[in-house]
Amino acid sequence: MKKVTFYVIEGKSFAFYGGIIVSVFFILLGLFAAYNMEHHGHIITGMNNQIVWGIPHVFAIFLILAASGVLNVASISSVFRKIFYNPLARLSALLAITLLIGGLSVLVLDLGRPDRLVVAMTSYNFKSIFAWNIILYNGFLLICVVYLWFMMQRSMQRYYPTAGLIAFTWRLILTTGTGSIFGFLVAKEAYQTAIMAPLFIALSLSLGLAIFLLVLLIDYWETHCSLGDGILTRPKKLLGVFIVGVFYFVLVYHLTHLYFTGRHGIEYFVLAGGGVYTVLFWAGYVFLGTILPLLLLYHDRFTNNRISIAVAALLTIVGGISLLYVIIIGGQAYPIDIFPGKEIIDYGAMHSSTMYSYTPSIWEIMLGVSGIAIASFLTVVAVRILPFIPRSLSDTDLDETFKH
Amino acid sequence: MNVSTQNRRDFLKKSAAITVAPGVLLYSVSPKAHHAEKPVTSETRWGMLIDTNKCVDNCTACLDACVEEHGLTEDVPVEIKPVWIRKVTVRDKQTGRETFLPLMCQHCENPPCVDVCPTGASFKRADGIVLVDRHTCIGCRYCMMACPYKARSFVHEALENQKPHSPRGKGTVESCNFCVYRIDHGMGPACIEACEAEGHEAMIYGDMNDPESEISKKLKEMSSSVLRPDLKLNPGIRYQGL
Ligand code: SF4
Ligand code: SF4
Repeated sequence: MKKVTFYVIEGKSFAFYGGIIVSVFFILLGLFAAYNMEHHGHIITGMNNQIVWGIPHVFAIFLILAASGVLNVASISSVFRKIFYNPLARLSALLAITLLIGGLSVLVLDLGRPDRLVVAMTSYNFKSIFAWNIILYNGFLLICVVYLWFMMQRSMQRYYPTAGLIAFTWRLILTTGTGSIFGFLVAKEAYQTAIMAPLFIALSLSLGLAIFLLVLLIDYWETHCSLGDGILTRPKKLLGVFIVGVFYFVLVYHLTHLYFTGRHGIEYFVLAGGGVYTVLFWAGYVFLGTILPLLLLYHDRFTNNRISIAVAALLTIVGGISLLYVIIIGGQAYPIDIFPGKEIIDYGAMHSSTMYSYTPSIWEIMLGVSGIAIASFLTVVAVRILPFIPRSLSDTDLDETFKH
Repeated sequence: MNVSTQNRRDFLKKSAAITVAPGVLLYSVSPKAHHAEKPVTSETRWGMLIDTNKCVDNCTACLDACVEEHGLTEDVPVEIKPVWIRKVTVRDKQTGRETFLPLMCQHCENPPCVDVCPTGASFKRADGIVLVDRHTCIGCRYCMMACPYKARSFVHEALENQKPHSPRGKGTVESCNFCVYRIDHGMGPACIEACEAEGHEAMIYGDMNDPESEISKKLKEMSSSVLRPDLKLNPGIRYQGL
C-alpha cells in the first residue's frame, strides 16, 4: 500500500468561509435561544409536563448516536484490520468528537438549570443510567482524543490498534447506554422492550456512516481531491446494510409490541392513529428514510452516481431523525396507564383529556439545530489546523486489497 | 427571597439528615404531635389511606389546600401548570362504575424517580417521604419520564410569592412533598386537613410501621390497593374502594 499523506486545508476557499459563517450564525442563534429559555424558563418552548423532552432531545440524541456510529469507519480500519479504511480513520475519529460535543451542548443547554453543570459533573447517583452516560460521554471524548493522537503521532502508532479496540468497545457500551435511557423507564409502554439498545446501535451505525459519506463527498466536491469509486463503493454498500439493519430492529420492536395484547394501544397510536407521529413514521422513516435511500443505493439506475449517494445519505439522516421523533416524543404523548382496566374520564380539575400535544417552538428548534452547527464548526476548524484529510483517495493510491 | 434561601437550605439539610431537631414547641400541641419529637428514621413509614367511597364529585378542597399551602398559584397554561395533587375520575370499563380519587406522588418505597435522577436530587427520606432537593436538581426531567403516576411538574417560569416553608425554583422539578415540614411539626398534610374540614374524611395519614396507628389498623382490617401493583414500587399511598 502506498503511504497515505494527510494535509491541512488551506482555508481560503469560499466554502471554508461560508461554512464558518453559517455555522457561527446558527450557533449564535442557539445560544440566544438557550439564554431566553434560561431567562424566561421553559414556558417559551413547546415542552410541558407531559412531553418533557422535545425537539432539543431529538437533535441531541441524533448527534450522540451519530457520534458513536461515525467512529465505525475508524474501527473497521483498526479493529478489523481493513487497511482499506486507514486513510479515513482520522476524519472518522474527528467527527466522533465534534458530533458528540454538538449533541452534549444541546442536552446541557436545554437543562432547567444549565448553570448547575458542575453539580451534574460532581454529584453522581450511580444507580442512574443518566449519570453513567455522563461518564460514558466524557470517557468517549477522552478516548477519541487519545486514539487520534496515537493515529497521528508516528512514535505512538504501535498502540494505535489497542486504542482502536478500546474506542470500539467503549462506543458499543455508550450506545447501549443511550438506548437504555429509554429502556429503563418502567412507566412508558413505548420503551418497555429490550430491543431498544440494539435498535439504537443499528441506528447509530447508519446515521454515523451517512454523515461520514456526506462529509467525504463535500470534501471531494470542495477540494477536488481525487476520490475513487472503489473507496465509495464499500461504505455505500455498508450504508445499505445498516439501513436494513435498523429496519429489522424497528420491525422486531413493533412485532413484539403487537404480540403483547396489552400494547396494542401504543401500536395503534404510532402506526395508525397518532397524527403527526404516524405520518413521521410512515412517510418520514419508512418511505423517505428507508425505501428511498435503499433504492438510490442499490438500483442500477442510480447506483454509480455520486449525487444519489449524497441524497441517500441525507435521506437516511431525515429518516433517523423522524424515527427518533416518533420514539422520543410519540412515546411520551401516548398516555401512561395508571389505572389498568379503567378509563380516565376526567384528569384533574383542569384536564379533560390525557393526551397531550406538542408543538415545538422556534426557540427549541434553534437550540437543536445549533448542535449540528457546533459539530460543523468544530470540524471545519479542526481540519484547518491539523492534518485530517487524506491528500488523495483515488483508487490507485489505495490499498490493493479492495480490488479483489 | 434572601431570607427564604437560608431557610430553604436549613430545611433541606434537616430533612435529608437522619436526625431532625425536635419540633417547635408551639406545634407540639397539635393532636398528632406524638411524631414531632421523633427523629427521621426508617422506623417510621409515612403513608396515606384514601377511601374513594368518601370522595365526592364537585369537591376540590384538597386541591385548593395544596395550591394554597405550597403557593402553586402561577397563572400559566394547563399543560405546564404545577400539579402536585389532581382529582381523577375513572370509570370501570367492565362495570361502568365511576370513582373519584385524589392522585399525587405515591411516595414509592422503590421510587423510579430516585433511581434515575443523575445527581441524587430526587431522594427518599428514611421515613419514606420522597423529595426533590432544589439545590441539586439540574432540571433534566428524567424523573418525570420515569414516574409511572405522572406526579411531577417542572417549573416552567420564574416564580413569585413563594412560601418559605415550601421552596420551589424555576427550572427544577417538584412534586407532592407530603407537607414534610408540617409532618415534622406534628401536623397532617394540608390536603387531608382540608378534606376533614369539609366533612368528607376521605383521607387519613399515619405511620404504616406503627401497628397501633389508625392507618395500620385500617389497612389490616379492610382491603385496600395500590396503583399499578405490577410495577412493585410499594407506594405509600393506598386506596380503598378502587
Ligand atoms: S409517585 Fe412518582 S414522583 Fe412519587 S415517588 Fe413514585 S415515582 Fe417518584
Ligand atoms: S429533573 Fe432534577 S430531580 Fe428530576 S431527575 Fe433531573 S436532576 Fe433529578
